[in-house]
Amino acid sequence: MSEYVTNQEEALGKVILSARNIAKSFGNVHALKAVNFDVHYGQVTTLFGENGAGKSTLMKILSGVMQPSSGEIVLEGEPVRFSSTTEAQRQGISIIHQELSLAPNLNVRDNVFMGREIVGKGGVDYTEESRQTRQLMEELNEPIDPLTPVEDLRLGQQQIVEIARALSINSRILIMDEPTSALSASEVEVLFRVIRDLKSRGVSLVYISHHLEEALTITDHAVVLRDGRMTAYAARAEIDLEWIVRNMVGENFDLGSPPDGYAMGDAVLSIEGVTVPDASVPGRAVVDDVSLSVRAGEIVCIYGLMGAGRTELLESVAGRGDMAAGRVLLHGENISRLSIAERIEQGLVLVPEDRQRDGLVQTMSVGENLSLASIGAFTKGLLTSRGREHHVVRDSISNVHIKTDGAAASIGSLSGGNQQKVVIGKMMATHPRVVLLDEPSRGIDIGAKAEVFRLLSEGAAQQGLAVVFSTSEVGECLSIAHRIVVMSRGRMAAEFGVDATKEEIMAASGEAVVA
Amino acid sequence: MSDVSQDNGNGRGKLFGGDFDIKRALLEGRAFFALIAIIVIFSILSPVYFSTSNFLTMSSHVAIFGLLSLGMLLVILTGGIDLSVGSTLGLAGVFAGFLMQGVSFEILGVVFYPPVWVVVILTCGLGALVGAINGVLIAYFKVPAFVATLGLLYVARGVALLMTDGLTYNNLGGSPELGNTGFDWLGFNRLLGVPVGVWVLAAVAILCVLALSRTPFGRWVYSTGGNARAAELSGVPVKRVQVLVYVLSGICAAIAGLVLSSQLTSAGPTAGTTYELTAIAGVVIGGAALSGGRGNVRGTLLGAFVIGFLSDGLVIIGVSSYWQTVFTGAVIILAVLLNSIQYSGRKTQQASSDGKTTSPQSESATERSPVSGSTAGNAGTQS
Repeated sequence: MSEYVTNQEEALGKVILSARNIAKSFGNVHALKAVNFDVHYGQVTTLFGENGAGKSTLMKILSGVMQPSSGEIVLEGEPVRFSSTTEAQRQGISIIHQELSLAPNLNVRDNVFMGREIVGKGGVDYTEESRQTRQLMEELNEPIDPLTPVEDLRLGQQQIVEIARALSINSRILIMDEPTSALSASEVEVLFRVIRDLKSRGVSLVYISHHLEEALTITDHAVVLRDGRMTAYAARAEIDLEWIVRNMVGENFDLGSPPDGYAMGDAVLSIEGVTVPDASVPGRAVVDDVSLSVRAGEIVCIYGLMGAGRTELLESVAGRGDMAAGRVLLHGENISRLSIAERIEQGLVLVPEDRQRDGLVQTMSVGENLSLASIGAFTKGLLTSRGREHHVVRDSISNVHIKTDGAAASIGSLSGGNQQKVVIGKMMATHPRVVLLDEPSRGIDIGAKAEVFRLLSEGAAQQGLAVVFSTSEVGECLSIAHRIVVMSRGRMAAEFGVDATKEEIMAASGEAVVA
Repeated sequence: MSDVSQDNGNGRGKLFGGDFDIKRALLEGRAFFALIAIIVIFSILSPVYFSTSNFLTMSSHVAIFGLLSLGMLLVILTGGIDLSVGSTLGLAGVFAGFLMQGVSFEILGVVFYPPVWVVVILTCGLGALVGAINGVLIAYFKVPAFVATLGLLYVARGVALLMTDGLTYNNLGGSPELGNTGFDWLGFNRLLGVPVGVWVLAAVAILCVLALSRTPFGRWVYSTGGNARAAELSGVPVKRVQVLVYVLSGICAAIAGLVLSSQLTSAGPTAGTTYELTAIAGVVIGGAALSGGRGNVRGTLLGAFVIGFLSDGLVIIGVSSYWQTVFTGAVIILAVLLNSIQYSGRKTQQASSDGKTTSPQSESATERSPVSGSTAGNAGTQS
């Protein structure tokens, strides 16, 4: 069709791919209801929406992972139907999933050409593959040696390898599902540079992110989904953050403010000179001489980039991993030598960062997950009491407001936010005095985020809990925390009160201040 | 929503049957239906198959595999594997035989004949020791379970052969003068008409059901197999649990060794060769996942009965032992095939009900709760 000209100048901004009245049902659940969605040539279209709004389903349909129940996909004016991702790729549509699909044991070159090896006379033509890989990497301004094993690369670099792979199969449309969720600010910068670069080469991008501010800096168009419907569409110039949030959740949202109106107690948790060695680099410390004291009823936020040592600090305080030096005091008693189980018994718990890997047992039900850490509370002699377990589980479900079909429901049936609440509920069921939370808001939608923060804030105000949570979103520091501690390269870089500004915090963390 | 009235998720609930649902019953009860089919087919083919005495004889054979399978189940639930149980069984039998011959203390110039209950305790202790070595190697020295138990498979067998110089102890009866009679009571004799070995199996099975469903240890076993990292961070003593399941597996193997040598009234160093594979087969036919976290006692017992009743049936109708091997293998493959069909079925269901999580879900819950309401809707489109 003449409308879709090949001339880049003219084509810029024209619709290259569109979804028309796409609906998708799973049984009687309607994940998508008559959604219209356009991808613009050489531009970034960002899809906003809470967990469960239908973003991933829509992207899976566009990339051929699944087929729509009704509606059609139009590529450059022609209706198309993809029965598989390979078919979509042949048409130039690639998707980069949140969980990267690289083989960590293989090198960059082999990953780029995985499944499409260039075969010459004497088998695979490694020289040619290396040359093409090097060229791709240079085009992306990320000169990674093609022979580097992928497991040696930082996450951000691995993502670039995925992008290189997509480019090597001539993708014109690239779908990126939450590409920045695990990247540090500097890695995000690199990724955004690559995205701008791709745009200038005529690649159209679809972008999904929970980091709204970040997405706003890169996008040209914004589409908002809510409950399987498209609720709003606008070009970048016409919108702001508030517009997105309003359309996503249907109301104004606020992550809360530090609870007040009560007296804080004495210091409950004291961390003194904690140093954690780097397992991969001998002689280096991932946590370097960190001291911190938290009072009962106080909420402390630890802000830092990826690799600043937040996770390692919290894990070593909770009892996992080895401390090279320093000690941890709980109620003035040294607990540095206690096991994780003993620390939980003493009232110190950790809600880990990666709930799939460290938080949940997928083979067990919601109820069994919730009661896992507090089995002792409903055990008499050798046997557990089902009646008392029901109590523990029921209380947890109502205390942390988990939306579930019941305690017997499978963990996988819950949304990300509710899964996170299960992990929090499980640790809360042990009646702790100190709660450490490593990135409690990771990968959950803004509504669930606000609810998690409200729980923490209530816990501190009403039960005198000492709360320490870490985050990589500066906006979250300025919500419920009484005190903000910034970590940078394993050290404590700065400490702020409630009146800190985003700029101050980001500057202290070593992050470039976003202009 | 805070309905906790049906709190019997994976494993625990199924142990006791729980509430029934036809589809789930058919899928999960496939081992049961296979057993029924085996009984019906062989009853038609042979007039002697369907009789109480034959069932009792077959059950006493099943007791051996059943005991090994129960120990194996505990190990497999934590995500491990125990290849050493067959050898442990043989070693336990030989050790018991050795004790029954009397232990001579040359310095004192006396021969000590331990009574049977002491023999039983010492033999179980030996099984526990083998298991403890397995467990410590695996939990603390991070040796892969497959390799550690493979090593013990050789070591235990070798020790058994060394102890007897390859010969078999035939005199296990003891004598009244020496006060060590009663060994035949362990498996050879009958109690209320039922072979003692079957009673032993029943007792161990009940203990396993109780341990898995009603003790913290049981929950620890399931959570260690489901996600060891999450279990550890929840305060589960993962390493101790791992050591303990291998110890229990070793004890089960030792008990099986005692029962078997009592049944045969002899103890040979090669007894139980390849039985570890039969035990694993029983667990797998019973629907447990080798990846850990899923499985139960009921299924495992059914699995052991399927294998036992099948191979005995083939013997009764006179099929050659070569063909028996082929049939047994085919049944195992069929069982695993059904397992994977069940799991892939669940995966499809899951792809629709959860966008992000790739790990398999708790079967009971998935099948029991129809996809409905807002939670399912949320999960279905998680982005």
